[in-house]
Amino acid sequence: MTEQEIQDQLKTVIEPYVQNQEAFENLTKETQLMEDLEVNSAHLVDIILDLEEAFDVEIDDEAAEKMLTVGAALNIVQELLNAKD
Amino acid sequence: MMASKNHRVVITGLGICAPNGVGMTNFEEALRAGRSGIQHIKELEELNFRCQVGGIPPLNSEILEQNFSPLELKRLSAKGVMYGILAALEAWQDSGLPLPNPDDEPRWQWGTVFGTGMSGVQTLREAIYKTDEGKVKRLGGSVVEQTMPSGISAFLSGKLGLGNWVTSNSSACSTGTESIIMAADHIRQGRAEIMLAGGCDADGPYVWGGFDAMRVLSKNFNEAPTKASRPMAADASGFVPGSGGGALVLESLASAEKRGATIYGEVAGGYVNSGGQRGNGSMTAPNNLGTQKCISGAMAQAQVKPQEIDLICGHLTSTMGDVLEIQNWSTALGLKGKDFPKINALKSLTGHCLSAAGAIESVAAILQLKQNWAHPSLNCQNLHPDILAQIDANCVVRETEVFPMQVVAKSSFGFGDVNSCVIYKSWKL
Repeated sequence: MTEQEIQDQLKTVIEPYVQNQEAFENLTKETQLMEDLEVNSAHLVDIILDLEEAFDVEIDDEAAEKMLTVGAALNIVQELLNAKD
Repeated sequence: MMASKNHRVVITGLGICAPNGVGMTNFEEALRAGRSGIQHIKELEELNFRCQVGGIPPLNSEILEQNFSPLELKRLSAKGVMYGILAALEAWQDSGLPLPNPDDEPRWQWGTVFGTGMSGVQTLREAIYKTDEGKVKRLGGSVVEQTMPSGISAFLSGKLGLGNWVTSNSSACSTGTESIIMAADHIRQGRAEIMLAGGCDADGPYVWGGFDAMRVLSKNFNEAPTKASRPMAADASGFVPGSGGGALVLESLASAEKRGATIYGEVAGGYVNSGGQRGNGSMTAPNNLGTQKCISGAMAQAQVKPQEIDLICGHLTSTMGDVLEIQNWSTALGLKGKDFPKINALKSLTGHCLSAAGAIESVAAILQLKQNWAHPSLNCQNLHPDILAQIDANCVVRETEVFPMQVVAKSSFGFGDVNSCVIYKSWKL
């Protein structure tokens, strides 16, 4: 998967949980999931499950806790995908 | 002595999600036409249930998309909770109350008592399978809120910004009626202005299996589902399981008048008790004395005389309990033969909606009271002889009847020998 493909799929996964649409439209790697996109903390758990399913990877707790920004999520998914290859 | 306007409780909104009608328009149509919502359930047949019929509200994607966001639908699988929310949102909108913005301050004078039985059992089943497979991590973030008994009231408080009492009661098949009495009492005590009351329950093999095993469900009409629920009939031999949600917006008279709300009627009085599983009472059967005291207690609070009751919307499940129920009403009211009030059984059209029953049946009762007609009880052309020994056959409403109504009584009885009875009065300026 190219970086762009990963980024697009990540956006698709996150979209239903976003409560601040404006922040979502102006998404950057620095965008914070909870502060900027106003994702509910209980929903973060579900985002991680959805990412695991979408990319067929397993995200451990340590990685999940680091997943605070869009960029961090991208990096984590990228690393897991690289490890698979 | 007339209670003050802050201590009189009126009904200003109704909402319904019933097997024979989702939404008040469909429900009213079904009641007036005597249309049953009971159908053959293939899954029950495949799972070797004795009873293979049931009442399930007909939901479609249009109704769901109107009432839930895509994210809510993605995270919500508990059917009972869904039915409760649909009924509650309709009642809320019917009452003319606003849907608050996310940034609004909680409404400290608005609350809910919304009861349930096994609303989230299907969700719990899936969670149990994952847990047993060692995949607890895969449960996701929405299992707790869907399977905790107070899930329905928690959802409603979030949707409506309720800042007063938010709770769920649970008293088996008495739950729905009990919630109305609890909510009305709370307003009468001056602790809230508006309370959303109601009940909801789920359907399917995991809710209904225990009843099937006890042999208390209907099993002789699997090929003729709409004939299966036969309250008061000579050959009534078991109830038809149902599901759904019913909701009422209750309000102090002062609050309703202040905002110019449409008033359906008044919750004039109510009573909740138990027969203590003594005398002829048990886990599954009501103690006659307890039932009679419950009816008398509700009438005393409502200051209503037996002769003033125009219609009884009974509990009447289509079991042998129907005979005892009529006997208890007759004894409690001191009325028999032709003097007994009119009586009908909504369960003949919906099946027994368990924890939702009292709320669904109260919505029906108030609709009939407001509009002065009574829906037919199906499948009781041949009334039980022990019922005919107590009351005149014409007391049982078997065709839709139109007559003026001032007072309607609604009772519910549940496993554990628990009783509730509420008296609704018409509202006239």
